[in-house]
Parts: sequence; C-alpha cells; structure tokens
Amino acid sequence: MNIFNSKLFLALSGVIVGLLAISLALFGNPANMAICVACFIRDTAGALKLHSAETVQYARPEIMGFVLGSFIISLLTKEFKATAGSSPLVRFVLGFIIMIGALIFLGCPLRLIIRMSSGDLNAYVGLVGFVLGIFTGSFFLKKGFSLGRAYEVNSSNGYILPAIMVIILILSLFTSLLAVSQKGPGSAHAPILVSLLVAIIFGAIAQKNRICFAGSFRDIILIKNFNLISIIGGLFVTLLVYNLATSNFNLSFSNQPIAHAQHLWNFLGLYAVGFAAVLAGGCPLRQLILAGQGSTDSAITFLGMLIGAAFAHNFGLASSAASADSLGGPSLNGKITLVLSILILFVIAIVNCKKRKLGGAK
Amino acid sequence: MVKIDVRGLSCPEPVLLTLDALDDYNNEEIVVLGDEAHTRKNIEVTLNQYNIKYTVTNLEKEFEIKFNV
Repeated sequence: MNIFNSKLFLALSGVIVGLLAISLALFGNPANMAICVACFIRDTAGALKLHSAETVQYARPEIMGFVLGSFIISLLTKEFKATAGSSPLVRFVLGFIIMIGALIFLGCPLRLIIRMSSGDLNAYVGLVGFVLGIFTGSFFLKKGFSLGRAYEVNSSNGYILPAIMVIILILSLFTSLLAVSQKGPGSAHAPILVSLLVAIIFGAIAQKNRICFAGSFRDIILIKNFNLISIIGGLFVTLLVYNLATSNFNLSFSNQPIAHAQHLWNFLGLYAVGFAAVLAGGCPLRQLILAGQGSTDSAITFLGMLIGAAFAHNFGLASSAASADSLGGPSLNGKITLVLSILILFVIAIVNCKKRKLGGAK
Repeated sequence: MVKIDVRGLSCPEPVLLTLDALDDYNNEEIVVLGDEAHTRKNIEVTLNQYNIKYTVTNLEKEFEIKFNV
C-alpha cells in the first residue's frame, strides 16, 4: 500500500495541521478559534461590509490561503480542473445553511475539534448533533441522493475565486477600504503574511490528503473507512496535548471562550452543518479546497456561506457568546431560521433522491 | 463488461456506485470511468479495503479502473 495512504501518515498530517493551527493562535489569532473556517468567512464578510457587526470584521488571510494553497498545489500536480454544473443554486443554499448552523453553534467542524481539545463540553454536545446530521445525510446518499454531475468548463472559470482572493488580499494589505475590527475576535489576528503562509501550507496539505470533517465521519458510516478520521484524530490529539501542557484545558460547560451552553441549539446547529455538508459533498474547509482546485460549484457553496454569514449578523441570527451577564445562545429569529433551515435540508434531500443507476449498460 | 461512469459526481457517490457494482454483479469485468484525482484515490482505497485487484489506466484527463467481481 502507498505510504501516503497509510493511516499513520494521515494521522501525522493531522499532527502537522494541528501544529499549524497552534502557531496561528500563538501569533495572535483568537485562542480556541485559531483557524475556524466559518468564523473566518464571517469575519471576511464583515471586512467586505456585507455585515456591520463591529467585533467580527477582518479579511482573514487564512481563507485566501486555503483557496490559494489548494490552487497552487493542484496546478503543480496537474489536478486542477475547472468544473461546473452540479446544482449550483442548491449548493448556494447548502452553503448558506451550513453558515447559519455554524454561527448558532459558534464554530465550523474544524473549530468543533479545537473546542473539544480544550475541554469545552458544549462542543461534545455539538459533536453528537454533527454526527447525527452526517448520519441523516448518509441515509439519503444511500437512498440515491445526488446533486448531479459537474462538467469540465474553460479553465478561466476556476481561476476566478483564487483571483478574487488575491484582490481581497491586496486591498487588505495596501488600502484602508476594508473594515477592520478594533475590538473583539476580529481584532485578534496573526500578522497577515504569517496567516497567509500558514494557510497556504494548510490548504496544500488539505488538498493532498482530502481533509474533510464531514467526510471523516461519513466514510466510517457508509464505507467503514477510517482513513480520513485518522487525520482528525492526529489533529485532536496534538491540540489536546498542547492544551494540557499549557494549562489551557478546562473541562466544563461554562467559562469557555466564545461559546454558549444552550445544549439544544449547539446540537441542532451542528446537526444542520453535518447534514448540509454531506449533501454538499464536504465540510466548509473542503469546499474551499475544492473551489481552489477548480470546482466552481464549491465556489458557489463558498458564496452561500459568505452571504449566509452576512444574513446571520445583519438579522441577528448568529448566537451570542455566554458572558458574565448573559447566558448567550441564539435569538428567537436565529432559532426559527435554524429550524426552517433543517426542514429545507430535508426537502433538498428528498427531492434530489432517485434510484442510483450504474452509469452504463451491460 | 460493465462500464460505470462516475465522472463529475460529488464524493462519495463514485465510491457508492463502485460498491453497488460489487453487490450487483458476479463474474463480470467492471470498468469505472472517472475524472477527478481524489475520486481515483477514493476508489483505489475502497477496492484495497475489499482486497480486490484492479488496474488503473490514465486517459487524457480521465482514468479507468478495471477489476473483476
């Protein structure tokens, strides 16, 4: 067996990815967030003034780096291929819902692992929801769910998102056009070039090893394959060891940074993320990586996440973190939106099911 | 020979179609036609898991994985 496919190698890549996340936190990213994909898309939406929540506005170079890392390595390895046409608008909606769910839980699946490793018990509640969401999505996959084929298109289609990322980077480096938080999580960040470089390496590793948080659990459920989960295992153990060694481990529901203890909503938030991510063929990180290697359908999913983040803050759907004077958690509007989102996921799953036919005749 | 076209399908549909072929056919040569590198890797890993011998042919921008069930 190819060494690059061995579980040990994959687990080691998880360790490296964990060390990269730790390095970003040390360089100034919010601890316990480090490299959260949903949070950073939300911050980027804020920087682009798609929402005006003052504490979460910053064009995160990590988002650009993930896309560019995948773009560069896929060009080098000739895996880059511009594709389009697999139910783009459905994917937009899935991206939107992924973001609503993530901002109600307060984190994407990557931050879920980061929060779990620091002892945040709310994350374990979220994990149960996430896995059940993946079970639900996998159930429909078994029933024949498909968003249809993507087809190869002119390469220039695949260059658009990486180009947009470069433009945002340039605007962020050389102009004051973009909003930047003066306080709150958006104001905590590593130096731009450090974030960018680390994220490019992270993106390249994620592209090579197909890192996917939803896929990890889905592969276990559907095909009893433990390859992808080995990466997550390596990442979790690395972060756990780091948190224990530096006394950052706090096993509790309360006093967790940027989190709330509304169990039902932590559960349902990540249930929606897991369900939608399986239907979309990958978690938020994976969508960025696929977009970098040319999938414009995944680029549309990213746009859905970006706009979802804007809606979440413009309409007060995102949860607030627990603090000394508030329990935190989602608003009534956030709760209603999440429940409706989950219903929409069932509709999408049901209407896109048909008996799977093997592609050719005998 | 049975040809399975998994081009352009999202994960994990190519693998599920390959597994369907393992269930549905006997004494057949199966040819899976795909186009994404990660799809090829996923199918290879799955066939290895089932100890099925296969050959991979790289075509221009596409690939074929052949195996017998």
